Amino acid sequence: MSSEMKPLLEMRNISKDFFGNQVLTDINLTLGEGEVIGLVGENGAGKSTLMRILFGADMIRETGGYGGEIRLDGEVKHFSSPFDAIAAGIGMVHQEFSLIPGFTTTENILLNREPVRKNLLSEIFGDRMNTLNRSEMDERAANAIEMMGVSIDRRMVISEMPVGHKQFTEIARELSKEQLRLLILDEPTAVLTEKEAEALLASIRGMAARGIAIIFITHRLQEILAVCDRVVVMRDGYVVNESKASETNVSEITKWMVGRDVKSPSKTEAAVRSGDAKTIMKIEKLWVDMPGETVRNVSLEVKDGEILGIGGLAGQGKLGIPNGIMGLYQAGGKVTFEGQEIPLNSPRKCLDSSFAFVSEDRRGVGLLLDESLEWNIAFPAMQIQNKFLKNYLGGLIKWRDEKAIKSVTDRYISELAIKCTSSAQKARELSGGNQQKVCLAKAFALNPRMLFVSEPTRGIDVGAKALVLEALKKFNRENGVTIVIVSSELEELRQSCDRIAIVSGGRIAGILPASSSVEDLGALMLSQVV
Amino acid sequence: MSEKTMEKREKGRLAKLIDSFGLPRLIITLFLLLLLILAPFVGADLPTQITNIIARFSWNGILVLAMVPMVHSGCGLNFGLPLGIISGLLGATISIELGFSGAMSFVMAILIATPFALIFGTGYGWLLNKIKGGEMMIATYVGFSSVSMMCMMWLILPYKSPNMVWGMAGKGLRTTISLEGYYDKVLANFLRIQIGNLEIPVGTLLFFAVFALGIWAFLHTKTGTAMTAVGSNPVFAKAAGINVDRIRMLSVIMSTWLAAVGILVYEQGFGFIQLYMAPFYMALPAVSAILIGGASVNKASIMNVIIGTILFQGIVTMTPTVMNNMIHMDMSEVIRIIVSNGMILYALTRKTEGSR
Repeated sequence: MSSEMKPLLEMRNISKDFFGNQVLTDINLTLGEGEVIGLVGENGAGKSTLMRILFGADMIRETGGYGGEIRLDGEVKHFSSPFDAIAAGIGMVHQEFSLIPGFTTTENILLNREPVRKNLLSEIFGDRMNTLNRSEMDERAANAIEMMGVSIDRRMVISEMPVGHKQFTEIARELSKEQLRLLILDEPTAVLTEKEAEALLASIRGMAARGIAIIFITHRLQEILAVCDRVVVMRDGYVVNESKASETNVSEITKWMVGRDVKSPSKTEAAVRSGDAKTIMKIEKLWVDMPGETVRNVSLEVKDGEILGIGGLAGQGKLGIPNGIMGLYQAGGKVTFEGQEIPLNSPRKCLDSSFAFVSEDRRGVGLLLDESLEWNIAFPAMQIQNKFLKNYLGGLIKWRDEKAIKSVTDRYISELAIKCTSSAQKARELSGGNQQKVCLAKAFALNPRMLFVSEPTRGIDVGAKALVLEALKKFNRENGVTIVIVSSELEELRQSCDRIAIVSGGRIAGILPASSSVEDLGALMLSQVV
Repeated sequence: MSEKTMEKREKGRLAKLIDSFGLPRLIITLFLLLLLILAPFVGADLPTQITNIIARFSWNGILVLAMVPMVHSGCGLNFGLPLGIISGLLGATISIELGFSGAMSFVMAILIATPFALIFGTGYGWLLNKIKGGEMMIATYVGFSSVSMMCMMWLILPYKSPNMVWGMAGKGLRTTISLEGYYDKVLANFLRIQIGNLEIPVGTLLFFAVFALGIWAFLHTKTGTAMTAVGSNPVFAKAAGINVDRIRMLSVIMSTWLAAVGILVYEQGFGFIQLYMAPFYMALPAVSAILIGGASVNKASIMNVIIGTILFQGIVTMTPTVMNNMIHMDMSEVIRIIVSNGMILYALTRKTEGSR
């Protein structure tokens, strides 16, 4: 529907390097009014950098600007800050929320752009003393929400909202700007449930019909096909393909993205074996006080050598289980491993019992962002098991063995195909998928008997996802390690686990074999929702 | 096109170099060089000046080094340095009171100061573990209040040695106590090199080197690695089974003890024990020295200590001399204050950049 329209946005020959490291090369992108394009690519392909250039982000200017030109309505623009971009009618919804928790939806939508009324004080002291025009605010917020075609409570405080509604609030804020002509959505559906995602997709179509052009970034390719006019695929800083969404399909896009054929993670012989294996871990009456993921009463048996999946809706407590057992949040109940009781609330005791944990909070808990990959991978094993240390004076001095650390890091870099310049690179500089691999390597280096993995594929692309899941399965198969995967993505659990436990309302709603249908699992998810 | 990119690359490299060395550090280095070049022209004797810089470096090195452990464990800059200094002063005065003299008085001063540093450090560390996030603010006040507390104690404590107490009253310690006959220059005179007007206190430098090497080595051990990780991301460290509070406590104790030893080294070079409000003025120069050296609030290396101490002490000794000779007016104190406070201000604004 777009080709004959006058282009709203043209990006010509865009290139960008970070101190000699070329991340974007010769990117051309055009976008017409009311057109929706899907931008896909693996993590590190350059999508975010491209969008930052378009949005005039400070970090682009600070790192030496970019090459090429951006035209809006045929006019060359050079945004020196996001404010310029906003003034020119570009809106962006970021992956992370930027909302004020204690304010209502309406207040957040119109923050700093509130319609105001003059009063006596403001006549004297100037505009800062104006009072808010509540009724008009309400009306404008209602309009913006209506444009999305969803219904959310305008008076609800953000902190009490489900994530999906927060996301809609963010979008409504952009929509309420009258000059908005181009909206960038950076993985808006990552945090949404399927139903919410569908509503969002519908609203994208609605917005496009009103003439707003949309750039839609997501890892969920189905959504791209459902809603976009065109798909632009990026790889290693190049646009490798651009085609009409109606003329392509998921596997084709995947192939372009990763530049190779991706087998969907294969189902292994695993499924059969769990039946007669002995129980290695027994969880009884576990409660965990993890904010937003409260576990109320979980009893669960994990079999030796299996991969157990724990699924469930967000906020129902599935994340609380591993975090509680590993002692990161206050917990109670009884956990026995191989017949021995494991004391709760003590991370060290768990680690000494050769558990390992890959946290869902990669950047907060999982990594030393400012240290090298070597440190990240070797640190827990060094501290807990005295690996990678040289002993002097009869063990009095435990000296870091840099050589051993480097060699183990290099081994995992090649084993897990971690993309980095060297083992000395800082963890902060890696893309999300590669950071996740570092977290896995860190856990693998501990040689655990029992591995908890929380949201292993959150926010990472298909290529990395397959690699991560495959690495977990391989680790399970070759070392006989029992793995518990906690994930929001049912499909992923069905592909990689032997059994799936569904958590609902802080309790186990049921345990089914991985071959069960999505409908059965879905029904369990909703069974005890609080 | 290729020429353009080359130029850009070249610019990028230069920017990176400046970035890694730090623009302020570059300016200060150039300023110091300028002063050294100017010195002979305004009538200051260059070897004497260099002797001064080296001497002051050797006195202050360990005090600056005392910053390193707490920076590594994420406790920030040790503004509570006076607490450690007071332990050192207790060691010094008790050692003299007990009648030790010569080199022995120095050794005893360190030995006696040690238990005080351990006790004070433990309490200080306990306090800092209670107020994570606001360490530097609290540390400042710990320094302030401990100095004030000791102002009273110096008068009350039953010191008797006639070399230390007020002559008339016969009790209460004097503000300044001469170390002649005790450990005045014990380290500085050890293996001292003298070439004309140039003097190098090899002993003191060696003493500093031993401590610097010790800290460097410590940071390469298992516990040292844990300390750096705690500073880098405490949650990560906790998840890896580290007792975060204990590591922080250790770093505070180390820092306090180093400050105690540091002040003794300072005294042996300077020749006097300074009591009462003197410890008060020791923290800021040490903090600014390590910051000039390129450390941030949560990253510091031995190299930062060495470069920073040389630059800071260099500026502090050279600027007054050169300025005074140029304009014939005594500005030394004013300049010292501007430089040291200015650097602290600069470093604290960089706090967010050194991100966690």
